[in-house]
Amino acid sequence: MIRSHVLICGGTGCTSSGSQKVRERLAEEIKAKGLDEEIKIVQTGCFGLCAMGPVMIVYPEGTFYCRVTPEDIPEIVEEHLLKGRPVERLEYKEGAEKADAAATAAASLSDTNFYKSQMRVALRNCGVINPENIDEYIARDGYMALGKVLTEMTPDDVIQVLLDSGLRGRGGAGFPTGLKWKFAKAYDNDQKYVCCNADEGDPGAFMDRSVLEGDPHAVLEAMTIAGYTIGASQGYIYVRAEYPIAVKRLQIAIDQAKEYGLLGDNILDTGFKFNIELRLGAGAFVCGEETALMTSIEGKRGEPRPRPPFPAEKGLFQKPSILNNVETWANIPQIILNGPEWFAGIGTEKSKGTKVFALGGKINHTGLVEIPMGTPLRKVIEEIGGGIPNGKKFKAAQTGGPSGGCIPASLIDTPMDYDSLLAIGSMMGSGGLIVMDEDNCMVDIAKFFLQFTVDESCGKCTPCRIGTKRLLEMLEKITSGKGTLEDLDKMEDLCYYIKANALCGLGQTAPNPVLSTLRYFRDEYEAHVVEKRCPAGVCKALMKYTVDKEKCIGCGLCMKNCPVSAISRTDYTAPGHKLASVEIDQDKCIKCGLCMSNCKFSAISKK
Amino acid sequence: MKTLAELQAIREKMKDSVIMRSGSGNVRAVVGMATCGIAAGARPVLSALVEEVNTLGISDKVTVTQTGCIGICRYEPVVEVFEADKEKVTYVKMTPEKARRVAEEHLKNGKVVEEYTIGAVEK
Repeated sequence: MIRSHVLICGGTGCTSSGSQKVRERLAEEIKAKGLDEEIKIVQTGCFGLCAMGPVMIVYPEGTFYCRVTPEDIPEIVEEHLLKGRPVERLEYKEGAEKADAAATAAASLSDTNFYKSQMRVALRNCGVINPENIDEYIARDGYMALGKVLTEMTPDDVIQVLLDSGLRGRGGAGFPTGLKWKFAKAYDNDQKYVCCNADEGDPGAFMDRSVLEGDPHAVLEAMTIAGYTIGASQGYIYVRAEYPIAVKRLQIAIDQAKEYGLLGDNILDTGFKFNIELRLGAGAFVCGEETALMTSIEGKRGEPRPRPPFPAEKGLFQKPSILNNVETWANIPQIILNGPEWFAGIGTEKSKGTKVFALGGKINHTGLVEIPMGTPLRKVIEEIGGGIPNGKKFKAAQTGGPSGGCIPASLIDTPMDYDSLLAIGSMMGSGGLIVMDEDNCMVDIAKFFLQFTVDESCGKCTPCRIGTKRLLEMLEKITSGKGTLEDLDKMEDLCYYIKANALCGLGQTAPNPVLSTLRYFRDEYEAHVVEKRCPAGVCKALMKYTVDKEKCIGCGLCMKNCPVSAISRTDYTAPGHKLASVEIDQDKCIKCGLCMSNCKFSAISKK
Repeated sequence: MKTLAELQAIREKMKDSVIMRSGSGNVRAVVGMATCGIAAGARPVLSALVEEVNTLGISDKVTVTQTGCIGICRYEPVVEVFEADKEKVTYVKMTPEKARRVAEEHLKNGKVVEEYTIGAVEK
């Protein structure tokens, strides 16, 4: 008889921090102690607290262990699983990542700052069930929404429920999902398609991966519901080949669903037919754009095409098609089961429900969070995210990746919903949230994202192919100290030109990081241009390392470490010291910073 | 191929197995599983309790877990029952048979088995 469940995260984050070895060791140890009939090990999807991985939770007590190594396992088994004494040193402690805060063991997971303001709808099964076991999904009401739809609802009912719920696309643009389905249903055709966009490509984003890894059946169930609603019998999931765990679990889920008759020719004995196939993306960012994605599924080169016709009329293989993002799909079974009023009761007036964010950058709790729409950014950063490491100051947060914009510290109380973010020149995006502190240079950030779009531009249209390249060159000119104030104006003009003329979403949104940093951090651009100075000390060409001759004792450690021999002795010896102090030849210096990090007397500084 | 009814049957069957992860039980039965408890035979008591709670179908209300040494080693195996707004009940010198009775009478029907409690034994 099983008396305890040990859940170990098998998401990509914890897998790369070694959760698989921990799981294997645990299985051995439990067997050795003869507990294998009493204790069940469950591999789950992401818990969200990736920064503290590998994470493990023991039920029924709900003890949350973090940063578990295989060496910790014998102690956990002996002390906790056998004798019932939780291993305190491994328990998650509030504020443990901050050196100054008094760390206290969390009484219960849901009371921690990280979890207490979260609301898990799309992630409800992530970190709770074994994603490779369909029965566990069913136990948590899985496929009940499909059952309800097939036996009690007409396609129009389903569309009405989605419209009433106010669900908007979670891929970034925020188009009402019910409307999208309504359009696709309205076009008559012998063949229609349902597609899932799992080509998550924004740097730092991993929301969709976590849903696919932790709850793949939710996506399959929702797509089947869509098939019934719009009259399609075939679905495709376009998933990145770089997500091997997600691909594997999706395939397992599809096979299990087929075996149970939840996919196939006669679903739940109702005569409804629907199948789902996987298509692996080869790593082009542009394939996350809907028309390029469909072109790629067709086996052609992934390039966008002009709209209209919209996919609802002529999409995949020129047939009426719908495409929704993974997170959008994951919400749908819950809306069907709990009713549109329930969903519409969460969030703000125009943004209903919750949103998953992947927290990254300069933040203590790197990980995955799901919050009701409209939660202020401050709460996400300071409370859920646990603040900025090393006591640094919050400078800005980038939402929407290379298509989005930044939210400066002065707007930290902005509610996180579609319209509020658009109003301040950013966007919801798919959910990447990159936090920056005072050490980040905003011009450099804009350059980073531009570099990404230049690399990923498919080249089909001129504004994007050439425009972004020219934009990047201007940014490089500025960060190397050769920019002029005129360049700033030219850059802004070019941004608006690209936005207005690019063919697809990639190009139309590519200038956003430049525009929003120009809007909120123009003084930083001007410092680069006018004063030839990088206030954050990031842009190498504008930095200068200097020696404080009074502090320098002339030990020569920096001379020894300098890779380009740019440091030499001067004629000056500081009072009280025996050796002559040193100076840096600015023409030779490559600004590696080794001299500064090696100096034991803080005599070298950078400006 | 499954019908909706069969699907619901799977859900009912599986529900008990995942309910443990919601931590919803408002009654907690805690078995002392320190060295003293194990030596006195707490393992079979724990197993019996877990089994009986499942057989009685009350696993959604009752959480069975272990703890360390309570400090009354001479009374081991000890089972303590915690319920919201009620005083804690401590059962001592437990056996698998006694545990099953406690599960049925106390955990399921809410009636304390007085004769096994520490109060009765200390008299």
